Amino acid sequence: MPRIGRSTIEKATPVTAVDDDLDQARRFRDAAMPLLDDVYTLARYLLRDANDAEDAVQECYLRALKHFHSYRGPAFKPWLFAILRNVCNAEHARRATSPTTAIDDRHDEAERAAPLWQETEATPEVQLLRRFDAATIRRLVAELEPAFREAIVLREIHHLSYREIADIVAAPVGTVMSRLSRARALLRAAWTAEQERMP
Amino acid sequence: MTCDEAEILLHALLDGELDASHSREVEAHLETCPRCAAQLRAYRDMTSAIVASEPHFAAPSALRQRIAAALPQPQPRAASRRAVLKGFAFGSALSAMAATGIVVMVLRADDEQRIMSEVVSAHLRSLQAGHLTDVLSSDQHTVKPWFNGRLDVSPPVIDLTAQGFTLIGGRLDYVDGRAIGAIVYRRRIHVINLFVAQTASSERQASKIETVQGFNIRRWRDRGLNFWAVSDVAADELSEFGDKFESAMRTANPG
Repeated sequence: MPRIGRSTIEKATPVTAVDDDLDQARRFRDAAMPLLDDVYTLARYLLRDANDAEDAVQECYLRALKHFHSYRGPAFKPWLFAILRNVCNAEHARRATSPTTAIDDRHDEAERAAPLWQETEATPEVQLLRRFDAATIRRLVAELEPAFREAIVLREIHHLSYREIADIVAAPVGTVMSRLSRARALLRAAWTAEQERMP
Repeated sequence: MTCDEAEILLHALLDGELDASHSREVEAHLETCPRCAAQLRAYRDMTSAIVASEPHFAAPSALRQRIAAALPQPQPRAASRRAVLKGFAFGSALSAMAATGIVVMVLRADDEQRIMSEVVSAHLRSLQAGHLTDVLSSDQHTVKPWFNGRLDVSPPVIDLTAQGFTLIGGRLDYVDGRAIGAIVYRRRIHVINLFVAQTASSERQASKIETVQGFNIRRWRDRGLNFWAVSDVAADELSEFGDKFESAMRTANPG
């Protein structure tokens, strides 16, 4: 929508301008609220902490509302995810400079389960994967390095296209493809190790 | 193709991201290389095991409430843009003859945008838990009669399951202040809402694809009905849906 001469219009017809803002807030609410579970899920995987994830999601929604007027598509979910990712990166940076949190930051399910011992022999190519429950899969994914974890979550849990993932993580599609390939190999190795550890 | 190349490309194949010629190359390699073929099977298996485990988290309701409270509250639209423009158009009698034509055109374009925006809002509301369907059935002979008596005109309900779009039910919705039929389809994990409303114009209007708030809308008019198909599926898939619906409608009721 062209914005030429908008300030003059606002002065001339304040009713329309106010209506515009409310309309925008309503459209944001309609678009963003149904995605709350998705955004929260991504935050949980990226931050591996329930409280931090809640804070990040709230911050993400407020930032997104503030910038909604400049949103031009194409898809809303990747746009919202990119904002969340920025918020989470800021949180990571804060943790890195705050030694107390960095040390105490080990209460989430992600941090448990350091294997006591691990099968080292090569796994046969055709080995069937056992089905795990959500808690186990969340833990296996959470143990991946951040860049690989992010790739797995955006693709395997949120089913985004490579293009959308590339936009969110601000990397070329080729990088997304190689990260995802590496991430799946690592996850599969962890998966196999997990099922060998279990009776 | 070497195994090293295939090892990366088979992920793109699995994710449906490869173009036809690369797909053929990878598939040709897989036919001759049992090791890479086993890799693909294992990754496909892993992908479906992840989905089956339902690894999503549900946002705590306290968070939902906190965010809803932090967003500006929705308010009744006291003075819509249409009302403002109408007042302007009818109020300035002197320039009425000159202005009316232009204002009517402005109103029409604005109305279409507003209705599409409402259609997207209705689509989004439908995605919230428990709002998708009023009548849940994959049988068109159950869904169609359900609309009788609830709407002035019963919308055409066409089962496109065989064409890759599963009919999952129907719903009564409100767009532009009036009741409207919504026929609900599923494409993989995506929902397609097909909104159908009666219109005064019997003139056929060819389909148009547009994007509103990140959702694709394919709209067309046929036999006195306006159609809006809304979804987050890709534009070409939504076109395919519309084409199949239109052609099935022609077959079912020629002329």
